Amino acid sequence: MAGTPVEYIKHHLQNLTFGKLEAGYQRFDGSIVSDTGWTFAHSAQEASDMGFMAIHVDTLGWSIAMGVLFLGLFRFVAKRATTGVPGGLQNLVEITFEFIDSLVRDGFHARNPLIAPLSLTVFVWILLMSALDLVPVDFIPHLAHLMGLGYFKIVPTTDPNATFGISIGVFILIIFYSLKVKGITGFAKELGMQPFNHWLSIPVNLILESLVLIVKPISLALRLFGNIYASEVVFVLIALLPFWVQWTLSVPWAIFHLLIIPLQAFIFTMLTIVYLASAHEDH
Amino acid sequence: MEMVFIAAAIIIGLGALATGIGFGILGGKLLEATARQPEMANQLQVKAFIMAGLLDAVPMIGVGIGMYLIFVVAG
Repeated sequence: MAGTPVEYIKHHLQNLTFGKLEAGYQRFDGSIVSDTGWTFAHSAQEASDMGFMAIHVDTLGWSIAMGVLFLGLFRFVAKRATTGVPGGLQNLVEITFEFIDSLVRDGFHARNPLIAPLSLTVFVWILLMSALDLVPVDFIPHLAHLMGLGYFKIVPTTDPNATFGISIGVFILIIFYSLKVKGITGFAKELGMQPFNHWLSIPVNLILESLVLIVKPISLALRLFGNIYASEVVFVLIALLPFWVQWTLSVPWAIFHLLIIPLQAFIFTMLTIVYLASAHEDH
Repeated sequence: MEMVFIAAAIIIGLGALATGIGFGILGGKLLEATARQPEMANQLQVKAFIMAGLLDAVPMIGVGIGMYLIFVVAG
């Protein structure tokens, strides 16, 4: 796993890719693939040669694990909830719950029982996934290496696939609720007649409004990805320094990230609520 | 290959410039508004953080792209 610093950095920025390699392809260690089949990539070059249909197994695994942790934890607390003075864990869950409740109450003015659980899920799931960034860089990948996996990235939100997955899900909900609340004619009218309310300016309006619509999921995904990816790269860079210097840099950066990670999760949730609220707006 | 480094430097630098000016104005307005109405301080702070996160978005995307360019594209 060592080698030059550049190799170390590149190694830590590569996901565990599971994809199809054609027969006759020469792999990283020199062996030739005998038949077309699905394997793990052994180098970054192989991973990019696998094409579009390759899966990042580590992103999938850790995002599902964090989802299960969130659901399991909240269900555990809910089953044992007491009306007396709450203990520590129940207190934490209740604080999160009331926080999201007040956010949704302030931001969303229609009637939809899906929005509050959706916001809670988005907030806690993204928070848990990004918080994995605070685990020191080499701990878990080293364990994975001992188990034979070449590459292992534990933070799903540093993979644009994960952040785009969540934001495309939110986008589908925006379109679905826009069509459901306003109807197709209402939705088309909103796209075609704003901001210039004249039938001649429909092409201009359509371009502007569809741009605004497309920017929503793209900016949601890339904002979260950019923040957490940049922070992970800096953690990897700090990990290259000699051990007696590392603490002076990694501690302040980790403390800064105790602010950034909840802030980015909060902004994603806030924007989800605002976008869905404007999708429900029926004048 | 050197051009990739210059490109990454321009992306990150201009993003940092814009963010600095933007946050400066935002923070200044927050301080003014808090001085005018101290009872609104908490709500204003929450809204200021929301706007800070939104302002941060495009420069952060730029930093992410810059990091990718420096470490993965330009080896």
